[in-house]
Amino acid sequence: MLEGEERERFESTVLPHLDAAFNLARWLLRSPVDAQDVTQEAVLRAYRFFPTFRAGNARAWLLQIVRNCCYSWLRKQNVFEDVNEIEETALPVEQSTPESQALANADRERLATALQNLSASFREILVLRELEGCSYKEIAAITGKPIGSVMSALARARQQLRDWLTQPSRVEAPREL
Amino acid sequence: MNCDRTQTQLHAYFDGELDAVTSAAFETHLESCSECQSVLASEQTLRSSIAKANLYEKAPASLRRAIAAKLPAAPNAPVAVVQPAPSRWRWLALTASLLVVATLSWQLFQRFAGPQRNSAIAAAALDAHLRSLEAGHLADIQSTDQHTVKPWFDGKLDFAPPVRDFPNDGFPLLGGRLDVLDGKTVAALVYGRRKHIINVFVWPANASARAPRSGESQGYNWLAWRNGGFDFVAVSDVNSTDLQQLSRLFLNP
Repeated sequence: MLEGEERERFESTVLPHLDAAFNLARWLLRSPVDAQDVTQEAVLRAYRFFPTFRAGNARAWLLQIVRNCCYSWLRKQNVFEDVNEIEETALPVEQSTPESQALANADRERLATALQNLSASFREILVLRELEGCSYKEIAAITGKPIGSVMSALARARQQLRDWLTQPSRVEAPREL
Repeated sequence: MNCDRTQTQLHAYFDGELDAVTSAAFETHLESCSECQSVLASEQTLRSSIAKANLYEKAPASLRRAIAAKLPAAPNAPVAVVQPAPSRWRWLALTASLLVVATLSWQLFQRFAGPQRNSAIAAAALDAHLRSLEAGHLADIQSTDQHTVKPWFDGKLDFAPPVRDFPNDGFPLLGGRLDVLDGKTVAALVYGRRKHIINVFVWPANASARAPRSGESQGYNWLAWRNGGFDFVAVSDVNSTDLQQLSRLFLNP
């Protein structure tokens, strides 16, 4: 295949998913600035490996690369949380606001803060499902987890997000929004 | 929380991931389970709040432009290194750090030409690992039987790779294929590890014993060792402890 054609093919199959790539990086890294650098690195990396991408789900393929780059970045920055440890921590539930009301009234700022307080693995699964609309199969392909774990991780991630939103007195960790 | 379906089926139902039969069965259950009804209602409220909040953040135009400018004409051409937006001080710092890096890496190269070589092999192994994860590229011979995989390599390589299966230790052999690493044809043995894939590349060693080396790159771990006249490099997204365990299995006679 001619060189220019290969680039055109990349531009028409992979680059349409740039928004998805950036959105995942932005929430995984909790910073739009870092997300720009890491997304750029991931896309250039995807381009290098593009000759090995034959057919199939270009979005899942790109998001898998973006995810790997994000995790390496988090590790390099030494802000990597021990995902498993945090996942298992159950939040104390002492509801003072009626849950339905708290969930219905949650605005962008509150949801963003809640999301950013979850562990990286919960953030990514919620972003992939709720923002990106990925199927369980796609999430499994992107995260390298079996479908059964995708389902149970989603259940726990949603539970934690709901718990967070229904606790008015929670100390909010300072995060770059 | 008493109903265990709130943690499992309910979410698959909510996400439209259940088949028609299971979905109908869950709806029957839902009619009589107030707990599932309440969780489902909460999830629906949460989902609509998330939708209203517009959390999705699209790629900024500056990122699009930067990528378009940096994409080489062909995928195999060298890609420019990601650099922060230039400012005078940053350039100065960059120049200074490049000098330091250049000096240090020259000194390192002088002292440890071996390890440098080793990490070049590791980089090649990582690329080969990523290539192998593409659909249909993992194994040319798919078999969990080492007595099927081993003869398959006969006549395809000028050496007989040590093909072993470790199902009882949690590293089942999934298959094998030929791969090219740094210009030479090597055997690639594919192992499973809790749904993850490990590629073990094997080729005849050509110098004296070298200590095992390991590292991490782009979220993947690699471990290189030498045993019985062969060089091995294992690459995977599993943790380094798993790779060490696998290497010990190979080292055991």
